[in-house]
Amino acid sequence: MSSVAAQERRRTGAAPTRTSTSSERPRLSRRHREWLAAGLFLAPDVLGLLVFVAVPMVLSIALSFFQVSGFGSYEWIGLGNYERMLDDPLFWDSMKITGLYVVVLVPVLFCVSLALGLLVKQRLPGIGVYRTALFLPYVVSLVVVGVLWKFLLDEQTGAVNRAMRAAGFDGESWLGSPSLALGCVIAVMVWVMMGYYMIIFLAGLQEIPKEFYEAAKIDGAGPWTTFRTITWPLLRPTSFFVLLMSTVAAITGGLDLIFVLTNGGPANGTSLAIFYIYQQAFGFGEYGYASAMGSFLVLIMVLVSAVIFKFTRGGRFDDGE
Amino acid sequence: MASDTVATRAGTTVHRRRPSRRAGLTVLAAVLSLISILPVLWMVTSSFKTRATVTDGSLIPREFTFDNFVYVFTEVPFGRYLWNSFLISAVITVAALFFHSMAAYALARLRFPGREKLFGAIFATLLVTAPVVLIPLFLVARELNLLDSYAGLIIPSIFNAFGIFLLRQFYLGLPRELEEAAVIDGCGHWRVYWNIVLPMSRPILSALAIFFFLANWNAFVWPLVATNDQDLTVVQLGIASFQTQYTSNWNYILAAATVAALPMLILFFVFQRQIVESVKTSGLK
Repeated sequence: MSSVAAQERRRTGAAPTRTSTSSERPRLSRRHREWLAAGLFLAPDVLGLLVFVAVPMVLSIALSFFQVSGFGSYEWIGLGNYERMLDDPLFWDSMKITGLYVVVLVPVLFCVSLALGLLVKQRLPGIGVYRTALFLPYVVSLVVVGVLWKFLLDEQTGAVNRAMRAAGFDGESWLGSPSLALGCVIAVMVWVMMGYYMIIFLAGLQEIPKEFYEAAKIDGAGPWTTFRTITWPLLRPTSFFVLLMSTVAAITGGLDLIFVLTNGGPANGTSLAIFYIYQQAFGFGEYGYASAMGSFLVLIMVLVSAVIFKFTRGGRFDDGE
Repeated sequence: MASDTVATRAGTTVHRRRPSRRAGLTVLAAVLSLISILPVLWMVTSSFKTRATVTDGSLIPREFTFDNFVYVFTEVPFGRYLWNSFLISAVITVAALFFHSMAAYALARLRFPGREKLFGAIFATLLVTAPVVLIPLFLVARELNLLDSYAGLIIPSIFNAFGIFLLRQFYLGLPRELEEAAVIDGCGHWRVYWNIVLPMSRPILSALAIFFFLANWNAFVWPLVATNDQDLTVVQLGIASFQTQYTSNWNYILAAATVAALPMLILFFVFQRQIVESVKTSGLK
C-alpha cells in the first residue's frame, strides 16, 4: 500500500520539483534539501527535550553518587547516598505508605472509572450532562482541590462532619489520624481522576463493534455474560493503558495535593516517597541524597510497569493461543 | 428454528425490562453526577458567604456578599497572579504547539536517515515523568540562570513528547494529495507546512491547545521550585500560600480558589467537546 503511494508520489511529484529545484537552489539536491528541512523542523523540540528531559534524567542518576552541599559544591561519595537510604527508616516508611497508596488507589480508580464508563456509554436522556459533570473535577487544579477538601473535611466546621452529625453519627477527625488521612487522599484522588479514565474507558468501549452485542443479545446472554465474554476481553488495550498510566501517576504524582491537603502529616502518615524526596531536596538541600531515592523510585516504577506489562501481555488481544 | 424462538423470547424480555432498567440507570447517573460536582459547587457558593456563615453547612448562602472577591483582589495581588498564570500558560501553549507540530510533521512526512530511531528516542522520553527529574531540572535551570524568571517558568514546560506523538499520529492519517499538489506547484517544505498542514490540523491543535493551557494553568510544583519572586507568583502558588496565611478565613480562601478555578471551568464548559476528544485520543495510542 505504501509502495503504491510512493510510486504515485514519484510519478506525480518528482519531475516538476526537480526542475524548480534546479532553478531556485542549484547547490542542494532535493534529497539533501529534505534532510536539511527535517533538521530545522526538529531542532527546537529535540534540543529542548535533550536539555530539559534527557539530560536531567541522566543527571538524576549521576547526582545520586554525589554529596551536593548548598550552592554548587559536589563531592563524589560513591554509593554513600544509597547506603544512607538503606538505613533511613523515614524513607522506608514513605515507601510503605506509597505501596499502600498505590495498591488501594489503582484498583479502586480502575473499577470506579470502568463502571462509570459503562454507565455513560448507555444512551440515557441527558447523558451529555452526566458525562460533563463526572469529568468536571478533573479540570480543577490539585491545589484548589486540596483547599476545597480541607474545607469540607474540617473536623469542627466541615460539611462532611456536619452531614454525619445530622445523620446521627459522630464526626471523624478526617485529616487528624494517619490512616484516615491517607484514605482521604486516596478518595479525593479517585474523585479527581475518575472522569479522566472514564472518558478513556468510554473511548475504548465505543471502539467495540455493536455487532458483538447484537449477537450476544440474540443468544440471550445477560449483562454479566456479555461483559465477561465481550466487553472485558475486547477492552484489554484500554484496560492495560489505564492500569499502566494510573500506576505510574500514583507512584510519582500527587505532590500538589499532599502539599495542600495534609503536608505529609499527620505523623508522616501521608508522606509518600515522592513527598519525602521533595522535602529532602528542597527543604534540606540534600540534592544528592534525594536523587538517590528518586532513582530508586524510578527503578521500582520501571519494575512495576514491567510486571503490569507481562501480566496483561501489553494489552494485546491474543491469549497466546 | 431454535434460534428464532430464543430471539423472540430474548426480545420480549428485553422489552419488558428496559424502561425500568433505563430509569434506574438514569437516576444512578444523575445521583453520581451530583456527588461529583457537589464539592466544586460548594466551593463556589461558599465563596459568596460572609465570614460568619461560611462554615454553616448549607449549600446556598443565606447572606450573599461579593466582599470576599473584593478582598482577594485588593489585599492580595491576585490580579497579578492571574496575569502571570495566563501569560505563562499562553506562551507555553503557543510555543509548544508550534514546535511540536513542526517536529511531528518532519517525523511523519519528511524522509531522512535515522527517522525511526529518533522517533523512538523521543517516544522514550514519555517515560520520564516530571516529578522524577525535578531535582536535576532545578539544577539545570539554575546553571542556565533560568530561576526566578518568566523564561524559567516557560521554557522547561514547553517540551514534552506527548504532543509530538499525538500530532505525528494525526499527520500520518492525513491524505497526502494536497501536500503533493503543493510540491508540484513548487512549494518548499516550509510553505507546505505553513500553508497546508497547519490549517488542516486546526481540530487537533485546538484540542491540544486547551489541554496544554489547562495543564499549565494548574501547574504547581515547578513554579514552587523555580520561583521566589513575589512578582512571578502564579495563581496556584498564590492560593497555596494564601491558604497557609489565612488558615481559618475560609471565605477568603474559597473566593481565591474559586477565582483560580473559574477560568478553567469556563474553558471546560465552552470547549468540553475538544477536551474530551483530546483525552480520548490520548488513550487510544
